[in-house]
Amino acid sequence: MHEMSLAESVRQIIEDAARKQNFARVKTVWLEIGQLACVEKESMRFCFDAAMRGSIAEQALLEIVETAGRGQCVKCQLEVPVAALYEPCPSCGSYEVRVTGGNEMRVKELEVE
Amino acid sequence: MCTTCGCGTGQTLINGKPLHRPHRHGEPLRFRVHESNTQVAEVSTSRIVKLEQDILAKNNGYAEANRRYLSGRGIFALNLVSSPGSGKTTLLVKTIEALNGTLPLAVIEGDQQTDNDAARIRAAGAPAIQINTGKGCHLDARMVGQAMQQLDLPNGSLLLIENVGNLVCPASFDLGEAHKVVILSVTEGEDKPLKYPDMFRAANLMLLNKCDLLPHLDFDVNLAIEYAHRINPELQVIRISATSGEGMPQWLEWINGGCRHAVATKPEEQLG
Repeated sequence: MHEMSLAESVRQIIEDAARKQNFARVKTVWLEIGQLACVEKESMRFCFDAAMRGSIAEQALLEIVETAGRGQCVKCQLEVPVAALYEPCPSCGSYEVRVTGGNEMRVKELEVE
Repeated sequence: MCTTCGCGTGQTLINGKPLHRPHRHGEPLRFRVHESNTQVAEVSTSRIVKLEQDILAKNNGYAEANRRYLSGRGIFALNLVSSPGSGKTTLLVKTIEALNGTLPLAVIEGDQQTDNDAARIRAAGAPAIQINTGKGCHLDARMVGQAMQQLDLPNGSLLLIENVGNLVCPASFDLGEAHKVVILSVTEGEDKPLKYPDMFRAANLMLLNKCDLLPHLDFDVNLAIEYAHRINPELQVIRISATSGEGMPQWLEWINGGCRHAVATKPEEQLG
């Protein structure tokens, strides 16, 4: 359940931003979560609500923007979509696919007032 | 996937079926439109704050500080990760005994509760600090940084960090170590690397432990290694048994090589 730690980090990021950018309430939080990141979205939603309790983002709506997994096959050099780490290159079947995107875990933006 | 709108609702499955959670449908970034639309009076007090901040940035900052501390002292640090019951602590005890004081070493033990493991390490003759994570499922870089300060490791040490037994969460949390070492015991399934790919992707070395039990099991060693290499083609593998001593010489040589490298790449101390 490391999503709880991640949700607490999100709260810290929000509270740091509130001090620097002077806002008192957060209405929406957009997280960018890569398809290959070690984050389970359902757990994140559950933990987000718990972690934001008592904070300026208590009632905030959580929007998760998922980015697709991408990789490059080491053997055939093709840029390929990667839905899961154990999948082979769809073109040549090699498992040597280097992940190039879809690992992100980012607080993208906030709607605040 | 949500059957109403097709949006993803996570990968949690119950009996193979996706978990459905009632949720709001809508354009995820619709407020950008509102922001520039002066006719939407009720949201005029709202504004968008762009952050683009990595959620793990804080942990990664502590991990980098740990890495600087370690490299400045020529300390070789390993983060040992596995399921509960893979034999990590026994392997550590045997490793400490086999090294037999040839290099300074210390252990940081991570468990949710009890200091049983630290007591076992101390009984084997090495200093150990126990971190109890309470409800937490992994060690983070800040906890490890504080434990390192308490250990006050001499230059050229080996630091062995035994993470909480968990093949999921510790994969995401960099502690500042040189390498993650994943331990898979042959009493588990060969397909563990496929089931928990993030950890096998994050590791540089896999110790296939309890190999003395192979004659009594149906475990297919080659299949397990093939699965691990599907996830991580560069993963090194050592077959080992803490009980029989098989593989211990290779493991000790791997450790000694890492320690020599850490000392050789240690920055020169500033004079004055």
